[in-house]
Amino acid sequence: MTEGRFGPFGGQYIPETLMNEIHRLEKAYNFYKHDADFQAELKDLLDNYANRPSLLYYAKKMTEDLGGAKIYLKREDLNHTGAHKINNALGQCLLAKKMGKTRVIAETGAGQHGVATATAAAFLGLECEVFMGEEDTKRQALNVYRMELLGAKVHAVTSGSRVLKDAVNEAMREWVSRVDDTHYVIGSTMGPHPFPMMVRDFQAVISKEARQQILEKEGRLPSAVLACVGGGSNAMGMFYHFIPDKDVKLIGCEAAGKGIDTPYHAATIAKGRMGIFHGMKSLFCQNDQGQIDAVYSISAGLDYPGIGPEHAYLHESGRAQYVPVKDDEAVEAFEYLARTEGIICAIESAHAVYHAMQIAPTMSRDDIILICLSGRGDKDVAAIARYKGRDLHE
Amino acid sequence: MSKIGNAFKNGKAFIGFLTAGDPSLEDTLRFMKAMERGGADLIELGIPFSDPIAEGIVIQEADLRALEHNTSVDDAFHVVEEFRKESDLPVVFMGYVNPIFNYGYDRFFHKCADIGVDGVIVPDVPFEERNEFADVARTYGIDIISMIAPTSHDRIKQIARVGEGFLYIISSLGVTGTRSEITTDIREITSLAHEVTDVPCAVGFGINTPEQAEEMAAQADGIIVGSAIVKIIARYGSEAAEPVYEYVKTMKQAAARAGK
Repeated sequence: MTEGRFGPFGGQYIPETLMNEIHRLEKAYNFYKHDADFQAELKDLLDNYANRPSLLYYAKKMTEDLGGAKIYLKREDLNHTGAHKINNALGQCLLAKKMGKTRVIAETGAGQHGVATATAAAFLGLECEVFMGEEDTKRQALNVYRMELLGAKVHAVTSGSRVLKDAVNEAMREWVSRVDDTHYVIGSTMGPHPFPMMVRDFQAVISKEARQQILEKEGRLPSAVLACVGGGSNAMGMFYHFIPDKDVKLIGCEAAGKGIDTPYHAATIAKGRMGIFHGMKSLFCQNDQGQIDAVYSISAGLDYPGIGPEHAYLHESGRAQYVPVKDDEAVEAFEYLARTEGIICAIESAHAVYHAMQIAPTMSRDDIILICLSGRGDKDVAAIARYKGRDLHE
Repeated sequence: MSKIGNAFKNGKAFIGFLTAGDPSLEDTLRFMKAMERGGADLIELGIPFSDPIAEGIVIQEADLRALEHNTSVDDAFHVVEEFRKESDLPVVFMGYVNPIFNYGYDRFFHKCADIGVDGVIVPDVPFEERNEFADVARTYGIDIISMIAPTSHDRIKQIARVGEGFLYIISSLGVTGTRSEITTDIREITSLAHEVTDVPCAVGFGINTPEQAEEMAAQADGIIVGSAIVKIIARYGSEAAEPVYEYVKTMKQAAARAGK
């Protein structure tokens, strides 16, 4: 059994052509993880370029309105490029540079990880190509242009169902074709080891800050920590430093699309089964023949048929709980947060906001809920307007 | 040694690939027979997968055609079962790990043994993960065909040492599909492998012309041709048996010219 397992999950299920490169990456990552100079350089980038630490914001009006637990929002939406994705993109691009790479490739769903990677690549002087499902290039046309402005080349992927999983397939095919000078910046806590661990470590800054911030503000730990889950990077980042705090509930909110009893969802924990895909053993939405399902969510960022192996393990071990949230519920929370707090969040993050709205009133005023607001919602405004029947185009 | 060894007793081996169920199971069976008539020494039968990350566009599309009518692992077994009524030619499966994992390793390899599938190529299970099913496969006497890539370097001997059936030498970086030029030093890889194993080496990825067949066969014990055959099937559909036969015959003759 290989390194990098979380219980039975994880591993390195990829073509032989990539194995030496994966080992090289593993070695480089293990070295720089403990290298004080690298860590200082990354911290400087995060603080002075990406706007860290991000705020831990007390949502007073939401708290009063819901009349239960005290609600705090971890404002990853205020990061440069508008989402948590920049934490990982800067980390991996810096690592790629140290490894002597001159080019990075990335997959993207909503476009947030593509924008973050294009940004980091522009800033660090790396060539950048982004693979995006053709469907998503239409849903998120603004982000395509944004990446192009940043100097990246965007490939509209026309294979398969033309969404996030197909973008990952195509990025892997590209990496197999050109591996010497190229690093593949995987955007979530998925793929072969060391990616799930490495992406988690780059995102763990979220909970490192949040844990310290809540102790400073409230002098105690939260009762529950919530985050939305697609592949699982903002959730792993938000959960990580709370894992040893056994009394802190960790709750991941996955995309139930039109409902988990319809074929139109991306709720991997609720409906998936163990399988092996995209380099990892984990849980996947698949049919009875082991063919990967074409999943669905209103949110392009959660529209993925699998989940990171560490989440599969947190689920199996009972340490974290995962709940499905439907499109219309996420849209309701999206609107609610805008009206109550004046914050337009990403439709992905709205999945977590919705669940908080459900549980907060059932909890006591001594309880604290922390929600990871993983991104801002500018990118979603036109799509939500269309969902509500307003013919608005970017 | 398994039956796969027989494929390499007849000069340089020609290994032909096709996807089960493309365009139908009956067609696949007829194409396999045509390949045997054309001189193929071993048939590599693809189990279609929704997301074949190591394949170029030609085989991706074949998988989609086969999945349009839900070709299953059992369907692939069924084709071999029918083929076995008339032929002893070695057959290996090429399949991504998820459908096999989903089927159940024990059930899968047991059925391989029952029906007469001689080996399995799983492109997304590298050396490090071979224990995923190596023990089960051994129990039922099914060979796991390992792959060696142009980037394998110091891994070549490690992989070759546990080689079974044949070693699949990947000719070039990238995914499957025809190429106009192959620049990897195949001879160097095969000679390194042969320092530690007697298992034959067959080279694949990109081979489509008789000239390439001869050139590649000269550097290895056999050649594997996939996308070029699948292209013929895509073009002629159910009428592909004759053109597949002609093509395989030409390629086998070209490979044979490289001698032993």
